[in-house]
Amino acid sequence: MTGIPNTDGNGRRGAAGEEIRIGFYVCHCGMNIASLVDVAAVAKEAAKLPHVIVSREYKYMCSDPGQEFIMQDIRENRLNRIVVAACSPNLHESTFRGAVARGGINPYFFQMVNIREHGSWVHTDAAAATAKAIDQVRAAVARVAKHRPLERRRMEVNQAVLIVGGGIAGITAALNLADAGKKVYLVEREPTIGGHMAKYDKTFPTLDCAACILTPKMSAVREHPNITLWTYSEVTKVDGHVGKFKVTVRRKPRYIDEETCVGCLECISACVFKTPKFEDEFNEGLGKRKPIYIPFPQAVPPLVTIDPETCLKFKTGKCKSPCETVCDRKAVDFSQTEKTEEIEVGAVIVATGFKAFDVTRLPIYGYGLYDNVYTALEVERMVTSSGPTGGEITLRDGRVPKSIGIIHCVGSRDKKTNRWCSRVCCMYSLKLAHLLREHTGADVYQFYIDMRCPGKGYDEFYERMLDEGVQMIRGRAAEVTDWTMSPEEEGKLVVRVEDTLAAYVRRIPVDMVVLSTGMEPAVGADEIRRMFNISCSTEGFFLEKHPKLAPVETATAGVFIAGCCQGPKDIPDTVAQAGAAAAQALALIDKGYVEMEPNTSYIDPDDCSGCKSCIPLCPYHAIAFDEGSKKAVINEALCTGCGTCVASCPSGSISQNLFEDDQIFSEIEEVLSHV
Amino acid sequence: MSEAWEPRIVAFFCNWCTYTAADLAGVSRLKYAPNLRTIRVMCSGRVDPQFVLEAFARGADGVLIGGCHPGDCHYISGNYKCLRRFKMLRRLVRDMGIEEGRLRLEWIAASEGEKLKNVVNEMVAHVRALGPLRLNQKFAEWDEEMNQLEHAVGEAQKAKEPVHA
Amino acid sequence: MPEKPKIAFYWCASCGGCEESVVDLAENILDVVAAVDIVFWPVAMDFKVSDVEAMPDGSIAATMINGAIRTSEQEEMARLLRRKSKYLIAYGACAQLGGLPALANQFPREQIMKFVYEESPTVDNPARIRPQTKFAEDGRVATLPEFRNVVRTLDQVVEVDYYLPGCAPTPKLLAKAVEALLTGDLPPKGSVLAPDVALCEECPRKDSKPTEVAFKEFKRPHLTALDPTLCFLAQGVVCMGVATRGGCEAQCVRGHMPCTGCFGPTSRVRDQGAKVLSSLSANVAAEDEHGIEKTLAGIPDPVGTFYRYGLAASLLRRKVSLR
Repeated sequence: MTGIPNTDGNGRRGAAGEEIRIGFYVCHCGMNIASLVDVAAVAKEAAKLPHVIVSREYKYMCSDPGQEFIMQDIRENRLNRIVVAACSPNLHESTFRGAVARGGINPYFFQMVNIREHGSWVHTDAAAATAKAIDQVRAAVARVAKHRPLERRRMEVNQAVLIVGGGIAGITAALNLADAGKKVYLVEREPTIGGHMAKYDKTFPTLDCAACILTPKMSAVREHPNITLWTYSEVTKVDGHVGKFKVTVRRKPRYIDEETCVGCLECISACVFKTPKFEDEFNEGLGKRKPIYIPFPQAVPPLVTIDPETCLKFKTGKCKSPCETVCDRKAVDFSQTEKTEEIEVGAVIVATGFKAFDVTRLPIYGYGLYDNVYTALEVERMVTSSGPTGGEITLRDGRVPKSIGIIHCVGSRDKKTNRWCSRVCCMYSLKLAHLLREHTGADVYQFYIDMRCPGKGYDEFYERMLDEGVQMIRGRAAEVTDWTMSPEEEGKLVVRVEDTLAAYVRRIPVDMVVLSTGMEPAVGADEIRRMFNISCSTEGFFLEKHPKLAPVETATAGVFIAGCCQGPKDIPDTVAQAGAAAAQALALIDKGYVEMEPNTSYIDPDDCSGCKSCIPLCPYHAIAFDEGSKKAVINEALCTGCGTCVASCPSGSISQNLFEDDQIFSEIEEVLSHV
Repeated sequence: MSEAWEPRIVAFFCNWCTYTAADLAGVSRLKYAPNLRTIRVMCSGRVDPQFVLEAFARGADGVLIGGCHPGDCHYISGNYKCLRRFKMLRRLVRDMGIEEGRLRLEWIAASEGEKLKNVVNEMVAHVRALGPLRLNQKFAEWDEEMNQLEHAVGEAQKAKEPVHA
Repeated sequence: MPEKPKIAFYWCASCGGCEESVVDLAENILDVVAAVDIVFWPVAMDFKVSDVEAMPDGSIAATMINGAIRTSEQEEMARLLRRKSKYLIAYGACAQLGGLPALANQFPREQIMKFVYEESPTVDNPARIRPQTKFAEDGRVATLPEFRNVVRTLDQVVEVDYYLPGCAPTPKLLAKAVEALLTGDLPPKGSVLAPDVALCEECPRKDSKPTEVAFKEFKRPHLTALDPTLCFLAQGVVCMGVATRGGCEAQCVRGHMPCTGCFGPTSRVRDQGAKVLSSLSANVAAEDEHGIEKTLAGIPDPVGTFYRYGLAASLLRRKVSLR
């Protein structure tokens, strides 16, 4: 990183002794400015101002000849400051800074006056517009005399990327980056990667099998030489900044040596628990697992994990540990402890996914009360041939349902729970309808508010489901009850709903109810957000830098987001977004360096009293308290140059490059010098 | 100039929203009063209360601060810091005898060229109705009471004693 | 034998505490007295104005004036001493910043006169007699100084060479200043003869301040039981130390009182009150307008709080009289 010249031999309070020689240029902009502002008068007034050596007017200052004037005057008249009165600095500040630099002086010895957008275009009185232009020119001339040379900062970028979350988003991004030759660290909280997608049976609208498209990618991650995969691990600390994040990862012990375990699963068979006894998280609790388990057969990495919460060895210490003895590679290791890894990366992609809505928050639908009310994810596991029922749809009493009701928008579009639309539920409900009919031949009713199928092939799928005979009932289901009113309702669950198309309240008796749960921010999203300094929307999804133009960037440079952590979305969008995040991260690190504007803030350690007032004000955590010197220090790499700390420093000990107090005070003085 | 008083308003605009809104007003050729003198800062959070007081002390009849809407700050939360300072500063300024309407904070998004125009026109009209503040001139008036004495003392001293070389 | 340098002390609108602080030099005062020749010190010694008038211009090495300038007499003396002195030193908060007397800049002169001579509960003045600046009887004319409209700092009346801050300046700073004057080892003209770092640096409670202080409420010190070891700001009590020049060795904090700002701002600040306002307000926790206003209502008198000593020297100087 190149330093910025905050001090220039004469100390930071200005270059005393240097003779200030200012060149002033006013642009006609054809007639855009000159038709209202008396540019000749502006040039004449400017010529009278202190330090102004040259004062010129020209038709188009931004044109090549216009810029050439500036460069030539710098050389011939030994100018060391330039002021141009023309259009908005948002339009041409960089143009003129370039000309100033080519002329041979520091590009920040330049100030622009906006007399077009803020002048000739918005006023009608020529005299008043000219007077305003002159005042603003006076301010710029006074200010530029106080400018100091500055340099854009250039920082080296570490070539590795950290990806947090090993769902389909994280996997996609990891493979993209690794294929481009970049080192990738993929950190996943669960024992296996795959995320929610690994739990699905088929994907809409093409009905291709999720495992068939996902597991090859999971294997590719495992085998990729550029990817370091840490499952059962969590990021615990993040320091540093774009180009150089220092990340601490906690690796939980799985009591299996990763290097020696080959995933033969002999140990699982050998466990003293002859039958699986404990709730299987991967199967949404529908199945059971042993204390030593693998989430599902194609898990990546293909390692077993011992759960110390249920394992007798840990619980009582009295187990003979047949798992340990049966393993001929001696991979079982009860003495394993938590490990901490520290890595340095140039960029981060956060892809921490979502959590399905907790249906117990809506007791009206009877989940937990009635055996035959299921969540969509449970049904998803049930229809999977490798799932807990081997693909059989059987109710908890062993019956095969003859009628099934799928209730949409459970925890979505609901003022009582979550207001947002989860985007995928309409489509996956249709998919489940298809799969359930295929498996059971049951009548399937969909209770929906309205169908949202805006995707490639989505509406066609909806039409197809209608053709297949899925019953559509428009109306938010009011409740699920076992209180029967007629013989045909006997032994069934009744979905009460106002059918808003038929315009009456109906009672639909069904054997099974499926709740189409919406998406919520993942558990732990808030801690992740704080660690990486990502903002979130009110609902808790991570906030992108710009909703249209920077959808995978965040307010923190070098931190990107992909997938459902940013908001509910389906697999195609997630994969596309993950690709975009990978491309953005690649563009950032492949360049090798980042360049930043120099208008950062800085603290003179001799001035700072260490009162800490500024520290909590920085949204980028760029200010830290140095325990050694007992003063505040600004990490220039994190500073984005808003100047909030400067305005707040009670002892005036923080300054901002290009927006120094004395520069702004001189502007105030000059715009008011004629009142 | 003093014979035909025109309100003079100093504006501090954040670069990303309000300054850009003023650019948009220009591009849209909206017309508003020429009484504003704009100082560009990166964020409304950079607006030091000292700047506002300095502007009043140097003769501004009004001060307008423009920032991004809450939640839209380019720097996440600079505008909230501005809002908090503004709430206290307005009380202080009022306690010092300056009418509230002379100090204004407005959230003007980059897309709100029309709002910028309206705010400026409204504020100019309001300050015009309040009349001149011109503290710089008041300071001079207040200090006249000393000038008379300086003159008198000077005369008396001259009469009393010889001038030392 | 070279003549001893001549020193003068004078007081204007002040409480006398600054004079006391000279005496607080204790036995060191003897060294001072031995090294200098005190030519004028109305509080302690008998001199007449005519004695000063008789001195050649510039013959006093240094004059220390304490107190704000409120009357024509004070103006006159300030000008006279300025002319007679090589160095003029604004001694103490009132001379430097206006001090407590400058809080009167919140009120018009008429209101003050009316209260003091007519409305104050201890006044018995049924004829509503007010002091006159001129009174003639039997051919003799008696005069009283004019009571000005504005309370001023010393440097708003005459040029000042140095400032010795504090209410009152500490004996340590005074001794240092005298030494500097005697040795000629002086900082650039206009300097404040105290460290240019805010008080927190030397505050005994500095380490107790957490990094994150988000104000949920402001408490007033006289209404709150305070922890004698914890930073006042961390307890929600306004402490001006963050915005106030150090050098007093945090005497108030050591006495379990928050800093009220008598040493004035650092050289980098134009308006001490604006700066402390900025820092405290920005650190309020609330984000909504109502919540912000509610928290800030805990500071009921911003002018009196933020400009306890600095109103005359502030950017706005005094309240604008409302028509």
